[in-house]
Amino acid sequence: MDTIILYVIAGAGLLASLLKDRGKTIKALNKALKAFEGILPQFLVVLILVAVTLAVLDTATIARYLGNGSGPLGVIVAALVGAITLIPGFVAFPAAAALLNAGAGATQIAAFVSSLMMVGVVTLPMEIKYFGRRAALLRNGFAFIFSFVAAIFVGWVVGL
Amino acid sequence: MKAFIRRYIGFIVTLIVFAAFILILPGYREKSLSMIVFQSKTMLLVIPPIFILLGLLDVWVPREKMMKYMGPGSGAKGGILAFLLGSFAAGPLYGAFPVAAVLMKKGASFTNILIFIGAWSTTKIPMLLFEMSALGLRFALSRLAIDIAGILIIAIAIKRSLSKTEVEAMYARAEKLV
Repeated sequence: MDTIILYVIAGAGLLASLLKDRGKTIKALNKALKAFEGILPQFLVVLILVAVTLAVLDTATIARYLGNGSGPLGVIVAALVGAITLIPGFVAFPAAAALLNAGAGATQIAAFVSSLMMVGVVTLPMEIKYFGRRAALLRNGFAFIFSFVAAIFVGWVVGL
Repeated sequence: MKAFIRRYIGFIVTLIVFAAFILILPGYREKSLSMIVFQSKTMLLVIPPIFILLGLLDVWVPREKMMKYMGPGSGAKGGILAFLLGSFAAGPLYGAFPVAAVLMKKGASFTNILIFIGAWSTTKIPMLLFEMSALGLRFALSRLAIDIAGILIIAIAIKRSLSKTEVEAMYARAEKLV
């Protein structure tokens, strides 16, 4: 669904641009191609990293880690698993919902969802290329710490 | 050729490590390979519209406009605009980085860039609707509330941790990448 929205927006923009100025549209497409070629080496590295992580940490394995972990250790494990995996929301949310229904703690699930969305260890090569090592590491570090705050808050609200 | 190898050295090393990995642990071989095929399809599907949008942004949005609405003097309005832009986006977080680079090139302030990335990562509206139906209203809304605060706190924390020269270097880098 996410991708469809993207295509609709990009398609509409492209059409409007084409109607207004053909030359500028061609220039935009050239820019798009050049920008993609610029990030391609990092993109390929990320592709392999994502594939290997998901092969090792498949949905069933993730579910086992999140389902069994309870207490503070469970929250840490959940945040770590979320940080290193890259799963789209439409796969992650139903899996998280199934775990919640099976009795997993809301705090653990919130830690997983938060760090899954905000922290991207496997996409670091791309992030570093755009923002530099220090900024990329800082962003991921702060986001990782924050996912614990978010988890505690969400766990508290859900338990009210 | 030399320049090509230098650019792709990271990829070549990763490929060698990957080959070693599936040789040493053959149990993961089939799964890793099918995952690479699957991920290539997903990522290659997501990439074209994001880069087309980036190209259109670059060609159509004048620098003065971006400076005015999201530049260093844009204040809270600029921050809200950055937040909305990120929230109405779709696609995975790695799609936000190239778009952020265009915004930087056009003169958006560093704080607004950080807010944009934060919003893209976690308060995307399509995902939020999905989260509500899967995990419940309480879960999704409390996460949204704390995340809005978190995006701001993280943005400020990153900005404070970097020197002016480091931020300037980042803008110079973005200029080259788009």
